[in-house]
Amino acid sequence: MTQTATNTGVVAPLGVPMLQLKVKVLRFDPEKDKKAHWTTYDVEAQPGDRVLDVINHIKWYLEPSLTFRRSCMHGICGSDAMLINGRNRLACKTLVRDVAKNGGTIQVEPIRGLKVEKDLLVDMEPFFDSYKAIMPYFINESPAPAAERIQSEEQAERMAHSSNCILCACCTTSCPIFWVNGSYLGPAAIVQAHRFIFDSRDEATHQRLGIMNQNTGVWRCRTAYNCTEACPRDIPITQLIEEVKRAVMYGQA
Amino acid sequence: MHHRYDVLVVGAGGAGLMAALYAAKGNVSVACISKLYPTRSHTGAAQGGIGAALGNVQEDHWEWHMFDTVKGGDYLTDQDAAEVFAKDIIDAVYELEHMGLPFSRTPEGKIAQRKFGGHTRDFGKAAVERSCYAKDRTGHMILQTLYQQNVKAGTTFFNEFHVTDLIIEGGRCRGLVAYHLATGEIHTFHAKAVILAAGGYGRIFKITSNALTLTGDLMSIYYRKGLPLEDMEFYQFHPTGLAKLGILVTEGIRGEGGILRNDSGERFMERYAPTIKDLAPRDIVSRSIIKEIREGRGVGRDKDAVNIDLTHLPRDVIEGKLAEITDLARTYLGMDPVKDLVPIQPTAHYAMGGIPTDLNGLCLSDGSGGSIEGLYAAGEQACVSLHGANRLGTNSLGDLVVFGRRAGIYAAQYARQVEFPDMPEGAERETMDMFDRLRNGSGKDNAAAIRKELQESMMNNVGIFRNGPDMERQVGIIQELKARYHNVTVSDPSRRYNSELIEAMELGFMLDCAEAMTASALNRTESRGAHDREDYAERDDSNWLKHTMAYKDLNKDGNVVIGYKPVALKGFTRAFEPKPRVY
Repeated sequence: MTQTATNTGVVAPLGVPMLQLKVKVLRFDPEKDKKAHWTTYDVEAQPGDRVLDVINHIKWYLEPSLTFRRSCMHGICGSDAMLINGRNRLACKTLVRDVAKNGGTIQVEPIRGLKVEKDLLVDMEPFFDSYKAIMPYFINESPAPAAERIQSEEQAERMAHSSNCILCACCTTSCPIFWVNGSYLGPAAIVQAHRFIFDSRDEATHQRLGIMNQNTGVWRCRTAYNCTEACPRDIPITQLIEEVKRAVMYGQA
Repeated sequence: MHHRYDVLVVGAGGAGLMAALYAAKGNVSVACISKLYPTRSHTGAAQGGIGAALGNVQEDHWEWHMFDTVKGGDYLTDQDAAEVFAKDIIDAVYELEHMGLPFSRTPEGKIAQRKFGGHTRDFGKAAVERSCYAKDRTGHMILQTLYQQNVKAGTTFFNEFHVTDLIIEGGRCRGLVAYHLATGEIHTFHAKAVILAAGGYGRIFKITSNALTLTGDLMSIYYRKGLPLEDMEFYQFHPTGLAKLGILVTEGIRGEGGILRNDSGERFMERYAPTIKDLAPRDIVSRSIIKEIREGRGVGRDKDAVNIDLTHLPRDVIEGKLAEITDLARTYLGMDPVKDLVPIQPTAHYAMGGIPTDLNGLCLSDGSGGSIEGLYAAGEQACVSLHGANRLGTNSLGDLVVFGRRAGIYAAQYARQVEFPDMPEGAERETMDMFDRLRNGSGKDNAAAIRKELQESMMNNVGIFRNGPDMERQVGIIQELKARYHNVTVSDPSRRYNSELIEAMELGFMLDCAEAMTASALNRTESRGAHDREDYAERDDSNWLKHTMAYKDLNKDGNVVIGYKPVALKGFTRAFEPKPRVY
């Protein structure tokens, strides 16, 4: 089933050979499968192609029923989080050359800890339920000024990491605590809480610290660092969780 | 399944979320329908900023912003829309800040502002710092903030529901039909008012900054009902897409001092726009880049790109204010903007045209004041004609919040005043028929292959430079692709998450958008803004200072009927006479 991958990818310098690859996909169709099974596809790809280019190629030309989420193709929408060679990544931000050599195999599975609906597509509702549980919205009931609320550059920078989150779920679904205990809000929700707890303009710090102090909150974290390693946007998640822990401990941000 | 809401919003990007918030404030029941999961909409990909004459860094006035918008649009911009916009956007930006949006700040703690293409002071004298920004992820922060506010407001979301049809009868919108991806069920939604905010259709081009999901669905559905699409010939190519990939590299990169260079390192924009150089509007910069490439001064293996040079800027500016694009260049090109020149080429980016609306977002049914009762549109989907023939950078995010807000307000106001219209029996029939055709196609033609041919041919024949013979050929190509599309077969019979069916349906929508665009472009025998014809090189105000309205000929497939609509040449208090557009 070898087909030539279309010219989807990055600048391929002259003389760079196409790679012959096997792509091993964990497939599951609830309408016909009792359990998930591996299917392998032979493809050619340029080293600079995205893994998503390769998966799109399989869908478009080899196996149209293959199902996954995708949208922006450049790491900002967060749709295409999946397990690639055993690690949580965005398929659109992972280049083929970084995960496989010529003749090698790329292994693709759904992210863990959320119910698999079909192939690589999982039920995101529990993830967004955790998100909603931390009151993920700005709260300031004081009358707003005619212009902007003043905030220093340093205060704004406090939110630089946490507001960078795209809710792709790579962190939460790489967390062993989350796998074992689904009621744990998980790293992504804590990062979102951090974004508001450390916003100098927000007035609901104590309510959010209360949520973080519950048994589904920040104390479940065992500092495994999986989340930080999994984040496709290089957010220092473990560090942010530590900052939230400290804020809970001392009752203030 | 059947649902009933006072106001339905289609699309959960910036315009849809703003509309949903404001409709909810109008004390009506509201639901938002998206073919994606929340926060996945393409507003999140906008980087550089949202322009508003706050005057936080330099003196600025809404009149200057209005003038820049009108001139940037090559005088095809409706000036009443530009005036409303330039005034409203100031409040709207403060409102976003009050919703908690983490803007970058000035040393005084105010919202930071930077330069952007076509933004000037004193009616064109020099560049001005007008773009409010949150690093180079302004769209991401707008999308997140507006979604957060909708969570707070308790807005009902129907996620991964793909709208397949609008129910319009007797000149009134009555609701819509949608396919639930998770179950394969067809749902009907009954409504007093519907707001369309489902974004653009850049995926009809091969090189594009647009998400895979931007396939012009609702524009096509509108067009299939014999209703007009306005100014489809005006499609913006962003000058700086990452070479080959088309991934957006914000104009903020030039706002912060980035310089475009050709193969000999020359700053070539000095020749094309001596006053504001690299900060000329997008149509001018895109054409200048293509001219350099055509004259053999391009860079890269195929000499089909030029370089953007940031190497003279401080590292903290590159890694701070431009962190997003620095990451993109490192990830996808293996290049570091701190020390490398980054190859870029123009990328299909933004539809200036779309579903025609009035200033309140009400959808228009012709060029002489007719409208569809209860149907509204906002954002890139819509054409209130703020952008005219060429949109200025940052005015898309502005458009979303200003006209999304207005559509939400007026749709709710309308919904409060009327009863539910009758919902016709068998509203889902058209959708069922469409799915039957796709599932039972006679041929083996592959949707992906047709889509690829469409994207390549549109890029070649209706791209940055255009001419009659190429576009006539493209009309034929689209007809042939449509004929082949009729024979496409969806092979996956499953009900749940049948993404093959969805992609095949989207291709049908794309073919319609391409058809309306090509016919509109072939018809306009002048060059204006983003519409640049090699065979009609001059702007022709005496014949063409008017909007195109493209109608599908319902009696003859593939035939497009062209009508017109006058340009609003005056605002409410200001008016700018058309002048030659030099920078």
